[in-house]
Amino acid sequence: MRDKDGLDAALFVAWLTAAADAVAKEAPRLTELDSAIGDGDHGTNLKRGFAAVAAKLAQEPPATPGATLQLTGRQLISTVGGASGPLYGSVFRAAGKALGDAESADVPALAAAFAAGLEALARLGGASVGDKTMLDAFTPAVEALRAAAEDGLLPGQALDLAARAAEEGAQETAPLRARKGRASYLGERSEGHLDPGAVSTALLWRTLADAAA
Amino acid sequence: MKMLINSPETVVADALAGLAAAHPGLRVDAERRIVLRAEPGAAGKPALISGGGSGHEPLHAGYVGFGMLDAACPGEVFTSPVPDQMLAAAQAADTGGGVLFLVKNYTGDVLNFQLAADLLEDEGIASRSVLIDDDVAVEDSLYTAGRRGTGATLFAEKHAGAAAERGAGLDEVAAVAERTNAVCRSFGIALGPCTTPAAGRPGFELGEDEIELGVGIHGEPGRRRARYAPASELAEIAVEAVCADLDFRGDAMVLLNGMGASPLLELYVVYAEVVRALDRRGVRVVRNLVGDYITSLDMPGFSVTVCRAEPELVALWDAPVQTPALRWGR
Repeated sequence: MRDKDGLDAALFVAWLTAAADAVAKEAPRLTELDSAIGDGDHGTNLKRGFAAVAAKLAQEPPATPGATLQLTGRQLISTVGGASGPLYGSVFRAAGKALGDAESADVPALAAAFAAGLEALARLGGASVGDKTMLDAFTPAVEALRAAAEDGLLPGQALDLAARAAEEGAQETAPLRARKGRASYLGERSEGHLDPGAVSTALLWRTLADAAA
Repeated sequence: MKMLINSPETVVADALAGLAAAHPGLRVDAERRIVLRAEPGAAGKPALISGGGSGHEPLHAGYVGFGMLDAACPGEVFTSPVPDQMLAAAQAADTGGGVLFLVKNYTGDVLNFQLAADLLEDEGIASRSVLIDDDVAVEDSLYTAGRRGTGATLFAEKHAGAAAERGAGLDEVAAVAERTNAVCRSFGIALGPCTTPAAGRPGFELGEDEIELGVGIHGEPGRRRARYAPASELAEIAVEAVCADLDFRGDAMVLLNGMGASPLLELYVVYAEVVRALDRRGVRVVRNLVGDYITSLDMPGFSVTVCRAEPELVALWDAPVQTPALRWGR
């Protein structure tokens, strides 16, 4: 499914299929986190979106990693709704475009692609690190991936470091006060709760790391 | 939690089937999740399209018809619809006059409508978007997603719809919606939480003697919790919040909106107090609506929306309308 240095389309499909299972499994927890500071639909929405992604990828398996991510992005935009649909959709589309037509993606290519995804996320959502959003998990993951690329690490190790960084970033959202999205209306009452978007972001990074391990 | 549903997964589709069965004046496209007028608008009339999460009925599908919306895009419960729905609605409703999207200021709605507008541009259909953000409960918009769109949505849809019906072009119709939003303010108070079918239990907890001041239409808070008080005090709090934000002295139109689980008996009690509270501030109510117009599932409580009764807007308000939830003059 992958050579020593890079991930091919089949691995991306395996990742996203596993992600659909993981999101379905974690949907109740994501929804519960969202009930605390949002409106309690994050798990349900992502589960619906990633199930549609997995079905689409099984039906029309794309030839390249870039095409896989772009298809995923379009499918998420078409099925998730809420804020997470456009935000996750744009991340995948931007990352997919950045990968272009390459047959496989090595660590520097992954780092560049997810950096492009992060940029799209920040632009669309207008959020910064510390606003208690997906960015708080996504940003450290991309930074870890960049560092791993500079250190010449292989994908398995690099993505594990990225997933750990995302998980730490998600945990660190707990004390923050939300400044974006519906949780922002809670003001100080949003403190003490994990951000559901950051938690789902960490979950996606973890499933990618596991697929590449 | 007992609900009149078949399953949480099918609740929106099942409700749309019922909407179609109940209202022959609507054309419900269940496949693409859009609600259209059975009789399309006149050729060249700007098409008005709104949408948002389900659970706020009659918003928005209940306002599709002559004099108001040409199409509505219902999302999942409390979840923004997706751009594909908005694009499909625009393509189906456009009669050559372009499309006006009326968007309530919630992150999901804003982002999805933005993507839809981008897609529509590729299709060569002219579009404008007007953001509704009338909820004064959101105080510090520098550190939040900004003021929410609530009751002004109804006024904007009515006024812009009337303008479009009498032959105004896209820019003029958009300007009417913007003007309406600029002179409308709202404030909501909840006595309890609401329950989404997916969650199956209340979204937040309130003690027996607690209420939530400045609540949004999903139950999300705006200002603070307070002790339960008689209707006169609650009306005073809401009216004070609205009038502190915009000078409403003179004539006004008022929507006293129920959030889904407060009976009309209670809403009329509150309305009488709202009229008194406005009167004390030199505001005379010249048009009103009392009832469930923008609900939050089964939430008990109310919101007050005040709209300055500028003569142009009153004329648009009085213009004929024929929709499932609002109907007069035709």
